[in-house]
Amino acid sequence: MSNILVVTEHASGVFRKPTFEALSEARKLAYQTGGKVVALVMGAGLGDLTGIPAQYGADVVLASDDAALSVYHPDYYSALVKEAIASQSANLVLVPATTLGRDLAPRVAAKVKAGLASDCLSLSLDGEALVATRPMYAGKVIAKVKVTSAIKIATLRPNVFAIQGPDAGKTAEVISLPVPSVSSKMEVKEVKASTSTKIDLTEADVIVTGGRGMKDPGNFAMLEELATLLGGAVGATRAVVDAGWCPHSDQVGQTGKTVSPNLYFMLGASGSIQHWAGMSGSKCIVAVNKDPGAPIMEKADYSIVGDLFEVVPAMIAEVKKIRG
Amino acid sequence: MNIVVCIKEVPDTETYIKIGADQKSIQESNVTFIMNPYDEYAVEEALKIQEAQGGEVTALCVGSARADEVLRVAISMGVQKAVRIDASAPFADSLTTATLLAEVLKEMNADLILMGKETIDDGSTATGPMLGELLGVPCMTLATKVDVAGGNVTVERELESGTEVIEAGMPCIITAQKGLNEPRYPSLRGKMMAKKAVIDVKNVSVDAPQVEIVTLQNPPARGEAKVVGEGVEAVPELIRLLKEEAQVI
Repeated sequence: MSNILVVTEHASGVFRKPTFEALSEARKLAYQTGGKVVALVMGAGLGDLTGIPAQYGADVVLASDDAALSVYHPDYYSALVKEAIASQSANLVLVPATTLGRDLAPRVAAKVKAGLASDCLSLSLDGEALVATRPMYAGKVIAKVKVTSAIKIATLRPNVFAIQGPDAGKTAEVISLPVPSVSSKMEVKEVKASTSTKIDLTEADVIVTGGRGMKDPGNFAMLEELATLLGGAVGATRAVVDAGWCPHSDQVGQTGKTVSPNLYFMLGASGSIQHWAGMSGSKCIVAVNKDPGAPIMEKADYSIVGDLFEVVPAMIAEVKKIRG
Repeated sequence: MNIVVCIKEVPDTETYIKIGADQKSIQESNVTFIMNPYDEYAVEEALKIQEAQGGEVTALCVGSARADEVLRVAISMGVQKAVRIDASAPFADSLTTATLLAEVLKEMNADLILMGKETIDDGSTATGPMLGELLGVPCMTLATKVDVAGGNVTVERELESGTEVIEAGMPCIITAQKGLNEPRYPSLRGKMMAKKAVIDVKNVSVDAPQVEIVTLQNPPARGEAKVVGEGVEAVPELIRLLKEEAQVI
């Protein structure tokens, strides 16, 4: 197997965490293949960004710095990845399974006739084939799939692959990659960035989720406080999203996001099968519920039987105490 | 306007999935199959656009004869025509599915193609963008708002940190995200129509898939569930366990 291309992603001048996860995984696989890890960095005004991928395992950085790349555009970005694959003879492409990555990877796969494994939880090589595990049925089943095409593409679920680095001593060769001429029939008119500084649920280390038992949308302030204290984000069940208490982007579960944080709080929700499908990959699950017979109480690593309106404030106070 | 909605049958979200004897597929007995929830938003949007601008809506799916059922659900919601591309099992390779759809869509002259942003069985979010490439038409994913006016399609997309407005001419593909609309229920008249509807079955051959399932496994078992205690008194012990035993805070 030859070179491994990693499609990086950055926002506000810093790489997103799943980029480091993908670079680290590529490095691990490249030790087996003997090939190089090539990082593709796309954007406008990249500045110092191109020096960073080396610290996480990149041997080569392809830098595409162009005003046309200031926001994600499916046609420009996919044309560039295709170009990068060809110019570096990459036969394995790793892409973080973020909103951008999940839009981009399939387009590239269709362009280069590659097999695509989405939202992978682990990767390994079997001769010329790529073997990946990935969730199906929203995580109710884990599928082991084999990708046998000449070029293989995998998107990597955030928060699953370990980061190796940074190693500040490492440097990489930086090669400039011009934007190929593309005639696009799509135009990005406007990007309305959210004003909130909320961490995206798929990347959060800690998620504090509230369900119907929160009784009122105003009570979510308590969950915000606990989440902020632990450096995490607030999530929601389908019931409270459908009730209009929380935006759909906060929904965890089969018709929402699939998450795998280190710590997941399930507060005032019974743990439906659809919700469980979206968060059962969490490393540690804590539930607080009045009903000791709620399904979540049989599954959570730790649970407290009680009134969450008493227990959550006590948790906030206790965390503050141990944090000094 | 000629609108095509791509739909798929999937196990109901309530289903406990059991792995079949071959370890490569799921047990399908006792499973209720439904229209993929995200495809319902696509059907609803197609019908809304048709109601405002005229034309015809066709539902298209890849599947076995059993999938005729979800095509009939689409008809009962108001779709006029149904086409099924005959295939015995769902494909682990999204590119195979997209290629089958592309082969049939090439002949359909659709102005607008809609589908769910992902199917809840495979969960790849790949078919729409792949189809865009194969047909050489724009594909705009994760739509939470669609405006069709003067031959232009404007789509609001849900991003991780905000929204984006993207525009394209027709023909184009849109993938639907939750929040786009509230799917209608089938009408009585629609159900009558669905019973009588003739489904056009197509046979298409494509290259062998490049992604195959080796095995299906149950998710790794979790450790023992520990009830720390009751009420506020249990909180210090919980926080201690999270810090010292689980080492997550």
